[in-house]
Amino acid sequence: MTNKRIPGSEAVILSLIEEGVDIIFGYPGGAMIPIYDSLYDYSDKIKHILTRHEQGLVHAADGYARVTGKPGVCFATSGPGATNLVTGIANAMLDSIPMVCFTGQVGSSLLGTDAFQESDLIGITMPITKWSYQVTKPEEIPEAVAKAFYIAKTGRPGPVLLDITKDAQIAMLDWKYEKCTKIRSYVPELPVDITHVKEAVQIIDEAKKPLLLLGQGVIIGSAENELKEFIEKTGIPAAWTLLGLSALPTEHPLNVGMLGMHGNYGPNLLTNEADVIIAVGMRFDDRVTGKVSTYAKKAKIIHLEIDPAEINKIVKADVAILGNSKKSLQLLTERVKENSHDAWIKEFKKCDDIEFEKVIEKDIHPTKPGLTMGEIVRMASEKTNHEAILVSDVGQHQMINARYFKFKHSRSHVSSGGLGTMGFGLPASMGAQMGQPDRTVFSVSGDGGFQMTIQELGTIEQNKLPIKIIILNNNFLGMVRQWQQLFFEKRYSFTKLHNPDFIMIAKGYGIEGNKVSKREDLDAAMQKMIDHDGPYVLEVTIEKEDNVFPMIPAGASVSDVMLEA
Amino acid sequence: MKQEYIITVYSENHIGLLSRITIIFTRRKVNIESLTVSESAIKGIFKFTIVIAETRDQVMKMVGQIDKQIDVLKAFYHTNDEMIYQEIALYKVRTESLYDSDTVEKMVRKAGARILEITREFVIIEKTGHKDETQALFEELNQFKVMQFIRSGRVALTRDPIERLSEFLKERDIFLDSQNK
Repeated sequence: MTNKRIPGSEAVILSLIEEGVDIIFGYPGGAMIPIYDSLYDYSDKIKHILTRHEQGLVHAADGYARVTGKPGVCFATSGPGATNLVTGIANAMLDSIPMVCFTGQVGSSLLGTDAFQESDLIGITMPITKWSYQVTKPEEIPEAVAKAFYIAKTGRPGPVLLDITKDAQIAMLDWKYEKCTKIRSYVPELPVDITHVKEAVQIIDEAKKPLLLLGQGVIIGSAENELKEFIEKTGIPAAWTLLGLSALPTEHPLNVGMLGMHGNYGPNLLTNEADVIIAVGMRFDDRVTGKVSTYAKKAKIIHLEIDPAEINKIVKADVAILGNSKKSLQLLTERVKENSHDAWIKEFKKCDDIEFEKVIEKDIHPTKPGLTMGEIVRMASEKTNHEAILVSDVGQHQMINARYFKFKHSRSHVSSGGLGTMGFGLPASMGAQMGQPDRTVFSVSGDGGFQMTIQELGTIEQNKLPIKIIILNNNFLGMVRQWQQLFFEKRYSFTKLHNPDFIMIAKGYGIEGNKVSKREDLDAAMQKMIDHDGPYVLEVTIEKEDNVFPMIPAGASVSDVMLEA
Repeated sequence: MKQEYIITVYSENHIGLLSRITIIFTRRKVNIESLTVSESAIKGIFKFTIVIAETRDQVMKMVGQIDKQIDVLKAFYHTNDEMIYQEIALYKVRTESLYDSDTVEKMVRKAGARILEITREFVIIEKTGHKDETQALFEELNQFKVMQFIRSGRVALTRDPIERLSEFLKERDIFLDSQNK
């Protein structure tokens, strides 16, 4: 590398190229103009997606990261541009999504003066970033960017923020880039301690009713095969968390379904019957555990986790195996004995039958006239042979998506799990489609969340992203309405929506669309959308007051899972 | 059961790290009783001494969160019994109160305090010790109206014969290099 003199702004772009970045989600503004000016010279090497709002770009970067495993890269200007990223950064933090955000900042001489479009982004984002750094000198840029990428994607991933003052973008430096390979104060992952593996093996070999809980750590650690090998050798049933979805094929015989508040009946009920729980890359979120004091009391807990701070945070581990799940699972599989648990798995099947009769049958083969979310989502899945990527927004439909969409490939389910961010779905689907341009991407939203980031239809049209957008419209904020119905005496306080003509709006953006209200029209409309070359909006009017079941009421035990109201 | 814990944090000298550490307490609505930050024996590495009253379980979780911060080298927690610690207090009293009787002088002698400065108007007394000791001297001196009073945060050392920081850094370096291979 020759030591050529370049401005800081160009160093930002060259650093991104060094890190293998080929796509940026961004929105320019005053404090970012120098960087955007340099980007102009490299637009053959890096694609830039201009969204319609900064919240759109940060969720798009998130969706991109989830389907590719590569860090999502965001550009936003100082002040309001940067503060508009905050929700998306918090979302990425709670879901451990690798992301590198670049924000412009006022000139360093103006810092702290309440200058035009100055906001203390480092201060604001401290609790919601894995790491952040303010760059005030151009020569800091290469090292800061190298560190940012290293931190974002190693260990337990997360969002990182670099705030770059305008003068640091303009001033010159001697260009030289070195990738970051270690930071002395940071241990991304610990080597797996074999004594803990051996302890776990003994417990697993003696288990009569073992249950494996798989979380996103399996996907992040690319441990899908290792997981499959482990459960196939031991015959242990595996249940997934919301973010663990798609780590295993839905139809795998040992996949017993989803955990949590609206998960499947069997894995929730039988958590409290299990004698051993093997938790892999999951963090015992309160939506998974319900009431912790009554959670899995009969079970010894084996926790495979990369982040030491997660051990004993919620549920005390009898054996904790720290490190990368890929390695831990390998070491376990080598040592455990071949086994099967047919009688135990039959208990899950029994629960499945009960759930099918009480809930699933009505959801996917309804006899009442109103369309259900379940039948629509299942149809989308079937018509694409379960090969598609599903991007959810947040609410009732998110749970229905998770329950009824089927997966064959990992990294095919994109959903805001930890933060539960309404408005996430549509922009995240843009990133998912750009990360996987050859796959079908469904964006399934409710009428509430869709309107939170509806403006991104503009981005979708401008970039000709062939996303299949489904709006499940019940003219309600459905999940809140469900709680109001079940726990607040049907006092529907401000959950009713008067909605616009979504198809007319789509057409205004130059996107084709269709609205369906009758069951007999659904199949043809769905097929038309899937066959359509380009983006398409399908609005489906659904039953207004349908509820999502099963349900573990807030604060109740997992074994109190309800199948009906 | 809540009791006093001393949390010791070794970190890089990075702007903003203090804030990253303190928000871990504020987020859980835990009050910091005392906080001292200064450079350690190794140049560029800073040492935080934080005193809080909490349950062991909560302390362990918060130390885990501190340890996880990228620029933190290592965080530890100890009970008071496990460490030797001191605070320093300064008291300003009127010089006249020393003229009238030898009470103040006796108090200073008894408490093992010392006089730092004497002017026509006031005397500055310095006392190091635990909080109850510096507080006791305050109560006594206050018979003569303490004009100003200040107490520092806590500083503390473990009972280990040596500070293991440099060994720790060497080991960490070897460990990280081995991970990269």
